[in-house]
Formats: sequence, C-alpha cells, structure tokens
Amino acid sequence: MSGDRAIHEENAGFEARLKAYEGRPAAATGTGRDPVNQPMIRHWCEAMGDTNPAYTGPDAIAPPAMLQAWTMAGLSRRSARTAAYDELLGLLDASGHDAVVATDCEQEYLRPLRPGDEITFDSVIEAVSERKTTKLGPGYFVTTRTDIRAGGELAGTHRFRILKYAPARRPKASNAPEERRPRPVVNRDNAGFWEGVARHELLIQRCTGCGTLRFPWLPGCNSCGSPEWDTVEASGEGTVYSYVVMHHPPFPAFAPPYAVGLIELAEGVRIVSDVVGVPYDEVRIGMPVRLEFRRYDDELVLPVFQGVAP
Amino acid sequence: MNAGDRIPPLEIPVTRTLIVAGAIASRDYQDVHHDPERARQKGSPDIFMNILTTNGLVGRYITDHFGPRAELRRVAIRLGAPNHPGDTMVLTGTVEQVDGDTATVRVVGANGIGTHVTGTVTVRIPA
Repeated sequence: MSGDRAIHEENAGFEARLKAYEGRPAAATGTGRDPVNQPMIRHWCEAMGDTNPAYTGPDAIAPPAMLQAWTMAGLSRRSARTAAYDELLGLLDASGHDAVVATDCEQEYLRPLRPGDEITFDSVIEAVSERKTTKLGPGYFVTTRTDIRAGGELAGTHRFRILKYAPARRPKASNAPEERRPRPVVNRDNAGFWEGVARHELLIQRCTGCGTLRFPWLPGCNSCGSPEWDTVEASGEGTVYSYVVMHHPPFPAFAPPYAVGLIELAEGVRIVSDVVGVPYDEVRIGMPVRLEFRRYDDELVLPVFQGVAP
Repeated sequence: MNAGDRIPPLEIPVTRTLIVAGAIASRDYQDVHHDPERARQKGSPDIFMNILTTNGLVGRYITDHFGPRAELRRVAIRLGAPNHPGDTMVLTGTVEQVDGDTATVRVVGANGIGTHVTGTVTVRIPA
C-alpha cells in the first residue's frame, strides 16, 4: 500500500509540474511559411475532393477549414514553438508519453483568407489535463489556442487538443508468446461441466428431486432446493436469445469486433458463448445455432455456437 | 432551411492516397499519417487520417450542400475511431438551429469501426 501511495504522490507532483504550463505561450509571433496562395489552396481542394468555385478564380478565398495549414512548419523545422511548450512536450516524452494524436479542433473564421495574405499567429497553452486512461494508452490532453492574423488583423482562432500518450499496444517481438485466452475457473461445483467439455459433451444439470434443468452449474436446485442432481447432454441445437457485439475494449487473444451470444438451448436453458461462422454484424435474435467444440490451444477447448443459415 | 432538416449523406472512401494527400496538403508530416511501420510502432494497426483532413472534409460536406455562397463561420470537431485505409466514412448532418441567415449543423462521420468524428458547424447562407 505504501508503494501505491508513493506512486500516487509522485504522479500528483508530476501533474502539478504539467499544470504549471497552463497560460504560458505555446508559439510566439509565428509567421506562415508562405503567404496564402493559390497552389496550396488547389492542392488542398484536390486532396479533399472540394470543387467549391469560391476557392478558384480571381476572387478566390482559401477554404476556411484550411486555417491551420497556413501555420504548419512542415518539414522546415522552422517552428514558432516556445521553449515553454517544448519543455512541456519534453516532460511528457521523457515520462513515456511520447506518442501523439489530435482529438479536437475548434475553429472560428472571422474573415476569409485570400491569396497574398501574410499570416502571423500566437498560441497559448490553455489546459493540461490530469492523467487519463484511453484506448490508445494512458496520457494527458494538452489544449492550445491560436490566434491567426492576416496582415496583422485577426482572421480566425483555432483551439486544438492533442493526446500525448504511452502506447498501450507496443508491437510484440516476433518471439513473444501468443496471447492465450483466459483459463476457466474450475471448482468442485462445476468440475463435471468441464469434464464434459473435454469429452465434447455439453452437460446440463438436472435436479433429481423435481426434474428442473439448470445452467450454469450450481450446487442446488433453485426450484426445490434439492442438492441431488444428474446430467443430460445437450442436443446442440439452439437459437440466439440475445447477443452483443464487442468492439471495445480489446482483450488479449480476442480480435474485435466479435459477437457474443446468449444462446437458448433446445432443452430450455441458456448459455453465453461466441457465435462463430457468421459475420458479427449478421447475428440476429432468433437465429438458429448449432453447438461445436473449438480448440484454442493445447489445453483449452470451449463450446461455441455456429450460426446456421436460415 | 429549418431546424431538424437532414443533409444528404456524403460517402468518403478512405483510401491510403486520400490519407497521405490530405496530410501533405495540410503540411502535416507526422509519420503516423504516411508511414505504416511507424504507425504500428505507436500502437496503431495502420496509418490514419489526420485531423486537418477530417476538418477539411467536414467543411466540404457543408459547403457542398449549401452552395458556394455559404460562408463557414465555425467548425468544431472531435475525433473518435480513426479513419484507416480501406474504410469508408459516411458523413451525415442535421440542422440544429437556424438564426436568421445562419445555421448550426450537427455533423457525424461514421466508419466501419465506429464514430470517426462528431462536430458542429456554423454556416451563414446570405439571402
């Protein structure tokens, strides 16, 4: 526990250091690498498939959504970034949050940009978030706001948010072991079920007191309370009673998207397992399915359900 | 033009060419937008579209619909599921509010793995 606390306090200290950059300039008196110009506008329109006539001809304006492009350093490395912003990004890089992805862009256009306009801009670090858990990995959101001027006159503002993150899924080394599915938890109440699966039999418990079938396996009967039971083997026929399609989060050894069904067996009890053999987006309630046993590795066999074409 | 109006969908085939052309046209040389190997090293299955291209496509979607006289006043977008090569993004829009000659449009771009972009565009259509 004391280790956890030490990590927590270290993290709080790190976050305080990051927060200290809020309000500091991110770029100072940056100048556009080129004035607003027709060739860059045309390249943009070609890439976007934008045929708006407002962007061509003698009275052409630049596509407003192109605003940020006029401030980009490109490959010139002539960045207007301040030392403060470099330090902030450096702190995040050094702590393993070295990957970046843009998440939000808010632009307001006050007046159109036209070929010949000379661009200048200033940018401020508006906010640094606390540590967030994201699908890409843990990281910090950094928000900047940029004022863009044309010929010294404010032409637009641009708020931009990036996520600096530590990639959760680094590529596996080629000799890394394959991820394996989780092992079932076998105990004395369900051992008979897993022994059946090993023989490719799906066994349903039957109360010998009142005859009620039950699944999953339990020590006693929910209907009459009797602890006495035997088993019947499922025929393997069933229908999809309900289902979900898993997109997120991804788990090791599972490749989303995939469909997980609540299968109603012909005997009347229900079981949760993968629906296989049909595309995940074609699984439907009421779809007939048939039991099959699938081997996932040298020790794991699971009952799954094959969709049956209607 | 009334609140609740739906804008016809625009289907964008997300080709590798579009992703790279959009990145270069916006002067964005981040490797994840053109180099598949570097993208994988950063935990992504392939290159993905940069936010400036998404922004440009959302702008185009609105001006394609409202015509060349339409003036974009504000575009605010948030990205979700990335646009990888081979996917298709379908942009849809709904007019949320009309105030004189200015409309606020809610835009959603869905791809094969989820919602790539949600956003709001303010556009003026001079009478």
